Amino acid sequence: MSEGLAAAEVATHVGVPQSAGASPWALARRRLLRNRIAMVMVGVLALILLLCLAAPLYADHVAHTDPFSSNLDGTTVVNGKTVQVMQPTEGGLGLGVTPIGPTWDLHHYFLGADNQGRDVAARLLYGGRNSLLIGTAAALLTCVIATLVGLIAGFFGGIVDGVFSRLLDVVWAFPVYLLAISLSTVLLSSGLSLGIFKLESGTLLLPIVIIGIVYVPYVARPVRGEVLSLREREFVEAAEGLGASTWRIIRSDVLPNVITVVIVLFPLMIAIDILTESALSFLSIGVQPPDASWGTIIQDGQGLLYTRPTVALAPGIAIAITVLALNVLGDGVRDALDPRAKLRSR
Amino acid sequence: MLRFFARRFVSMLLVMFSISVLVFLIFFATPGVDPAARIAGRNADQETLKAVRHDFGLDRPMPVQYALMMKKLFISRDLTSFVNRGAKVVPQVIQAAPVTLSLVLGAAVIWVLISIAMGLLAAVFRGTPVDAGLMILGLIGISMPVFWVGEVVNLLSQSRFHDTFLFSWVPPLGYVPLTQSPIGWFKALLLPWITLALLYIGIYARVLRSSLIEAQEQDYVRTARAKGLTEKRVLLRHSLRTSLIVFVSLFGLDFGALVGGGALLTEVVFGLHGVGWLTYQSLQNLDLPVIMATVMYAAFFVVLANAVVDLVYAYLDPRVRTV
Repeated sequence: MSEGLAAAEVATHVGVPQSAGASPWALARRRLLRNRIAMVMVGVLALILLLCLAAPLYADHVAHTDPFSSNLDGTTVVNGKTVQVMQPTEGGLGLGVTPIGPTWDLHHYFLGADNQGRDVAARLLYGGRNSLLIGTAAALLTCVIATLVGLIAGFFGGIVDGVFSRLLDVVWAFPVYLLAISLSTVLLSSGLSLGIFKLESGTLLLPIVIIGIVYVPYVARPVRGEVLSLREREFVEAAEGLGASTWRIIRSDVLPNVITVVIVLFPLMIAIDILTESALSFLSIGVQPPDASWGTIIQDGQGLLYTRPTVALAPGIAIAITVLALNVLGDGVRDALDPRAKLRSR
Repeated sequence: MLRFFARRFVSMLLVMFSISVLVFLIFFATPGVDPAARIAGRNADQETLKAVRHDFGLDRPMPVQYALMMKKLFISRDLTSFVNRGAKVVPQVIQAAPVTLSLVLGAAVIWVLISIAMGLLAAVFRGTPVDAGLMILGLIGISMPVFWVGEVVNLLSQSRFHDTFLFSWVPPLGYVPLTQSPIGWFKALLLPWITLALLYIGIYARVLRSSLIEAQEQDYVRTARAKGLTEKRVLLRHSLRTSLIVFVSLFGLDFGALVGGGALLTEVVFGLHGVGWLTYQSLQNLDLPVIMATVMYAAFFVVLANAVVDLVYAYLDPRVRTV
C-alpha cells in the first residue's frame, strides 16, 4: 500500500497531472468495483437505506398508521373482515390481550402490532433510520477524533504521545460495553453540560457521542502506528528538508497516507456501532421512547417473544443483514485499498 | 526479564488506578449528575437531599470520597450497597464470579475448537468456495446481536420446539451450580455457551486463516517442505504453531474481558446471575458501590489479561523485552 501511495505523494508534489491509471485511489476504486460480492452488498445497503428513508411514505400512504402513538382500541382488516388490533388472549383465563400477529398484507399490519398496538413494519422502517443514523454518525465521530489523536500522538511523540497513549490504554482496558453502559446510564436522566457544550438527554446525540467516544482507541491505535512509521519515511524527511511547516507535512504528506487506515476501518466501525446501539437500546439506555431503533423494537418484542415473535425477530434480522453487508463491504474496501492486507485488524 | 516484569506490574497498577478514578468521576462527578438526587428520588426536597448526602458521605470532598470507597472496597472489604442498605458488595461479586466463569470457560472451549477447525479448513482450501463459505459463515456469526441470538435460542428451545425431542432436555432459564449437579450445570449452560461462542468463532477463524496463509509463505515452512515432510505435518507442526501466537494473544484479551463481566448481554438474556448480570442490575437502580466493584473487577481481569499476553509475547519474542 505505502509504496503506491508514496508515489502518488510525489506525483501531487511535483504537480504531475494524475491520469486515471496512475492514481492509487482510482486503482482502489476499480478493484472495489470489480469485487462483485462487495457491489452486491452496496446494493443491499442502498436498498435498506432507501426503505428506511421511505418510512413516512409507508406509514402515511400504505399502512395509514401513526407508528408513534398507541392504538389499543384500533381495528384493522384481515381477509376482508374488520378485527381488533389487540385481540383477546386465547386459552388460559381469557384475560388480557395479545397484539395482532403478522398479516403479511402490506396495508394492514404487515408484521403485526406491538403491545401498544403500533404497526411493527412502520416502526421497523423508522427504527432503521435511527439505527443507521446513529451507526454512521458515531463511526464518523470516532474516525475524526481518532485521526486527530493518532496524528498528534504519532507525529509529535514525546510527552504528547505518552499522555495520549496512556489515555487510550485506559479506555482500551475498560470493557467497551461497560464503558458505554456506564456513560449512558449516568447521562440518560440529566444529559451532560460542560460550559457551552450541552448534551441534551433523550436525543439521538447522546448515544451517538457515547458510542463514538468509546471506540476511539480502536481506530486511534492503528492510525498512530501508521503515523509513527510514516514519520521515518524518506518523503517526510524530504519535506522537512525542503522546509515545509509541520502543519503542511501533516496535512499533505502524512494525512493522505493514514486516511486509508481510517477508510478501511470506517465500514467496520459502522457495523460495530449499529450492534452497540442495539445493545444499549435493548438495555433501554440507548434510543429513548417514543423514538424507535432496531434495538428498542427488539426490546419491545421481548415480552411478546413466545406469543408474537415477529416483533423481536424482524429488527434482529434487519440488524444482521445490515451489519453483515457492512462487514463484507469492509472486507472489500480493505482488499481494494490494501491488497497485501497489512491492516488485518480483526 | 525481571525488569520487564517489574515495569509491566507498575504500569498495570497505574492503569487500574486510572480506571478506578475514571469510573469514580463518571458516576460521582459528571457535571449535572447528582447521586444524592438519584437515591432520594425524583421529588425529594432540599432537606432530604441534604440528609441523604450526609448519610452516604456524599457531602465530603471528592478525593476523600474516592479514598474511602477504595479503602472499603479493597482493604476492609465492607463496602455496602446504596440501594439494599447493609448488603455487602464484595460477597455479591464473589458469589456471581463462578457463574460467569462457567459461562465463559465453556463458550471459550467451543469457540477455540471450532474456530481452529474452521481456520485450518479455510486455509487448506484457500481460494475455493469452501474457504469463502466458511468465512461468510463466520461473518454471519459476528453480525448478529448476541442478545437477539439468545432470544431466538430461547424462543426455539423454551417455547416453539420445547415439546419435541430436540429441546425437551432444556431446563428453565437460570444457573445450576456445578457442585450441585454436574449434568444440570452442563444442560443449563450448553445453549448459552453456543450463543456466546457464535460471536467469536468467526473472528478467530479469520485471524487464524490469515496468519496460517502468511506462515505458509515463510522460509521455515519452505525448509520443512524441502525436507520432504508431508503437507499435513508441515501445516500442523510448523505453520499452525506459529500462527497460534496472534490467536492466543487475542484470546487472552477477549477471555479477560468476558470473565470480567463482558458477557453481560448473554447473562441477562439467559437469566444467569453472573458478574455481568450484577453490573446490569446495579446500573438499573444506579447502585454506585456495586457498579464501582463490578467495573473494578472487570478492569482487573482486562488489565491482568493484557499483562499476561504481554509476558507471553516477551517470552516468545525476546525483541519485545527491550522496548
